[in-house]
Amino acid sequence: MISFLRRIGNRVLFRLEGLGRATIMWGLAMATLPRKGDMTLLFRQIYSIGVMSIAIIVLSAFAIGAVISLQFYTQLSRFGAEDAVGAGLALVLLRELGPVVTGLLFAGRAGSAITAEIGLMKTTEQLSIMEMMGVDPLRRIVAPRLWGGIISMPLLTAIFNVVGIYGGVVVGVYWLGADAGGFWSGMQDAVDVREDIVKGMLKAAIFAVVVTWIAVFQGYDCEPTAEGMGRATTRTVVTSSVLILALDFFLTLSMYGDF
Amino acid sequence: MRMRTLEISVGAFVLAGMLAVLFLVIQVSGVNMNTSETSYVVSARFDDVAGLRPRAKVSMAGVTLGRVKSIEVDTDYGEAIVRIEIDGEPGSLTTDTSAKVLTEGILGARYIGLLPGSDDTKLKDGGEITETQGAIVLENLIGQFLTTLGKD
Repeated sequence: MISFLRRIGNRVLFRLEGLGRATIMWGLAMATLPRKGDMTLLFRQIYSIGVMSIAIIVLSAFAIGAVISLQFYTQLSRFGAEDAVGAGLALVLLRELGPVVTGLLFAGRAGSAITAEIGLMKTTEQLSIMEMMGVDPLRRIVAPRLWGGIISMPLLTAIFNVVGIYGGVVVGVYWLGADAGGFWSGMQDAVDVREDIVKGMLKAAIFAVVVTWIAVFQGYDCEPTAEGMGRATTRTVVTSSVLILALDFFLTLSMYGDF
Repeated sequence: MRMRTLEISVGAFVLAGMLAVLFLVIQVSGVNMNTSETSYVVSARFDDVAGLRPRAKVSMAGVTLGRVKSIEVDTDYGEAIVRIEIDGEPGSLTTDTSAKVLTEGILGARYIGLLPGSDDTKLKDGGEITETQGAIVLENLIGQFLTTLGKD
C-alpha cells in the first residue's frame, strides 16, 4: 500500500519536474535577447518549419475544403438552403478546422523534425560542446525554433483557410452548381473579421506555442540514445496532437461559448 | 547563393501568408470600407425582440439599409431598446418611419423591417423611431388563440 502510494508520488513528482524544466527552458529561450546574426538562424527555421510545410498544408486544405463543401451541399440542398454552404464552409474552416488541422499537420511535419534534430544534437553531444564553447544552445538552437514556429503557424493557417475555401468553391460552385453569388454573399454575411478571422489566427498562434514548446523540450530532454530519440519523437506528435484537440475545445468554449 | 534562395523562399512564404490574410479579410468576410465611413444611429423601443441579435440586418423593401448596433433592456418599462446603425447621411428616413421585428423564412434569423412614413421631417442622428411592432412570439400567439377559443 505504502509502496503503491510512493510510486504514485514519485510519478507525480517526476511529471512536475519535467513540467518545471520545460517551463524554465521556454522562459529562458523566449527571454534571450536577439543578437546580430540571429535573424539568419530564424530565417533558416522559418524555411524548414514553414516553407517546407506548405505542400502538405495546401494538399490537405484543398481536400478538406472540398469534402466539407460536398457534405454541406448534399445535406443543405434537401432544404433548398444551398446558399448556406459558403457560410458553413468558411465558418468551419476559419474557426475550427483551419487552426486545428494545421496544428496537427504542423506537429507531425515540423514538430517531429524539431525533436529528432535536437535529440540527435543531444545524442551526439553537440549541445554540450556548444556550452563548452560558450555558445548558449537556448539562444542558438531553441529560441529560433520557437519563434520560427510562432511566426509560421498563423501564416500556414491563413494559407490553409484560403486553399480550403478555394477547394470548397471548386466542388460546391464549379462542380455541384451552387449559385456563386449566394455562396459568396452568404459567406460574407456570416464571417466577421474580429470574431472569426482574428480569433482563428489567435488559436493558431496558441497551437504554435504548444507544439514548438513540446517539440523542442522533448528533443532537449530526450534520453541520449537511439531509442530515447525515437520515443521522444513519438511523444512529441502524440502529446501535441492530443493537447491541440483538448485545448481547441476550451478555446472555442471561451471564445464562442455564450456565457 | 544557397542563403539567397533560402531568403527568397522565406520572403515568398511570408508574402503568401499575408496575401492569404488579406484575401480572408476582403473576400471572405467582405469588409465594406464605405459603410463604416458615414452612418448614423437611431434607436427604437420594442415590447419584444425575441432573438434579435446585434449585427442583424435592418432593411426596407428587402434591401439592407443598416445593422443592429446594440440591444439593451429597459427594466422599468419592460421594453428592449435597439440601437440601429443606418448607412449614409442622416435624412434618409422620415420621423414617422415604423419598424417591425421580422423573421427570415420560417426558421430564419430575426431582422428589422422598416416602413417609410409620410412626414416631411427626417430622423436625425440619435433620433428615435416611435412606431414599432415587436416580434411575434409563437407562445403568445397560441395563448391568444386559446383565449379566443374559450370565448365561444
